[in-house]
Amino acid sequence: MNAALIIIFGTIIFSSFIGVYAGRRVKMNLENWTVGGRRFGVILIWLLMAGEIYTTFTFLGASGWAYSKGAPTYYIIIYGTLAYTLSFFILPALWKIGKRYGLHTQPDFFIKIYGSRFLGILVAMIGILSILPYLQLQLAGLGFIVEVASNEAVNSHLAIVISFVLTCVFVYTSGIRGAAWVSVIKDVMMILAVGIVGIGVPHIYFGGFGKMFRLLIAQKPHHLIFPGTAAHMDTLWIMSTVLLTGMGFYMWPHVFGSAFSAKSDKIIKRNAIIMPFYQIPVLLVLMVGFTALLVIPGLKNGDLAFLALVNKTYPSWFMGFVGAAGAVTAMVPASILVLFASTLLAKNVYQAGFNPNASEERIMSLSRLMVLVITSFALIFAIFFPNALVNLLLIGYNGVSQFFPGVVLGLFWKRVHRIGVICGLITGIVLVAFLVFGGHDPFLGMNAGFVALAVNAIITVVMSRLINRHPLGGFA
Amino acid sequence: MQKGTKFALLLGAVPFITLVFALPFVNRVEPIILGFPFVLFWILGWVILTPPILFAAYMLEKKFNVPDEEDKK
Repeated sequence: MNAALIIIFGTIIFSSFIGVYAGRRVKMNLENWTVGGRRFGVILIWLLMAGEIYTTFTFLGASGWAYSKGAPTYYIIIYGTLAYTLSFFILPALWKIGKRYGLHTQPDFFIKIYGSRFLGILVAMIGILSILPYLQLQLAGLGFIVEVASNEAVNSHLAIVISFVLTCVFVYTSGIRGAAWVSVIKDVMMILAVGIVGIGVPHIYFGGFGKMFRLLIAQKPHHLIFPGTAAHMDTLWIMSTVLLTGMGFYMWPHVFGSAFSAKSDKIIKRNAIIMPFYQIPVLLVLMVGFTALLVIPGLKNGDLAFLALVNKTYPSWFMGFVGAAGAVTAMVPASILVLFASTLLAKNVYQAGFNPNASEERIMSLSRLMVLVITSFALIFAIFFPNALVNLLLIGYNGVSQFFPGVVLGLFWKRVHRIGVICGLITGIVLVAFLVFGGHDPFLGMNAGFVALAVNAIITVVMSRLINRHPLGGFA
Repeated sequence: MQKGTKFALLLGAVPFITLVFALPFVNRVEPIILGFPFVLFWILGWVILTPPILFAAYMLEKKFNVPDEEDKK
């Protein structure tokens, strides 16, 4: 046993313990389990939402993109800010509807607003299909971080199994409260790790950000402006991508659902105001990627840039600390993803589709059972078929973003019609699949998901207007 | 639409104008400001300015909007 290992596993076990402890003395019904009894104040909501946006991708992907692609990585800083700005206007209205009708999930919302169970089940299925590959990405990221950080003393599969089984335990016992509490540990460790490394490495090697940038500009003048070294990611791609992901972020079923956990609409609004400050740690992650490009150029896998530079610069126990931070950074989003995928399956697929009269207790116990099922599936996929879901991942973000017209128009436009939303949504999803799998992404320089979203929005509006003007009798 | 909401929406458009639609015009390295290439400095600046902008929107909504029934509870 070396120090790194003790830190990594100590953190994983301690976090799970906190997660289980968070649910003590709370009677677990569906309301408490999925939306925390709608009692979260500004701090827990902050932790929950920060827990969702900061995933392993932030650690490895953002620095990896800074290293291998350059400027296109700026999109990560931008889209979060756009998402928070939108949330300022959208989430309070959403929260009010959720409170008024006791909603728990995203399909609940669609069923309530549009009175269509079909639409609810459709939204649930798209949500689950988008969540699963995203969940597996977290697991893969966790295994990768722990394996590299422990200097390959721990096999990635072992790390995945241990930490994810523990995650499953605290989701089972504590639901969303567990995720929010573990998020405290995650945030402290992540900010420490990113702060120390992000401020540290440019100083250690170059004496500051400015000098590091000057050197990088001298060596690679185009790396720091769009499109960097990724020719297909030019300014138009960046613009369409930040719009798509900014609109799509709160459309993820787990992020959408966590808005219901707030104590009031004011809490959500205040949270939206302060969230953009949370983009500053991302900047530090980018600094690590840029520094790595100068210090250790030529890595084949850019995602290794962060860990490789830490390994070169710091003692091994600190590597363990980074590995531990990375592991919890995967566990928190994974826990929320599992929680919502389970609720969607139990409540919005099983109850809505097969057994409308099932009692709430039944749905609650079924949701918990689904936690075990989804955990097992995710583990099997992550270990035995690591590449099986890659295609789904490609369209995950593009897919959930297609909910945007239905959500926003449903909240603010009285005349939007369910037929319009259903047609728009299906067209959007089909178009995304066609463009992405057909090799047409980017399309005319734009992100394919954005093109599909635009078509989706137009269809939703036009169809709604047509139906309002020419009622279809019994059909509509 | 209430007056406060209109003001808030105008302010809410600012990050979209600066961080999306202005990008083609700011995509350059020079001038380097505080050590950052210009485009990155521009992005960071507007990201940091977004919370004060949203806070102003919040205050304007509070000032000009009539609170609805649910808010009074």
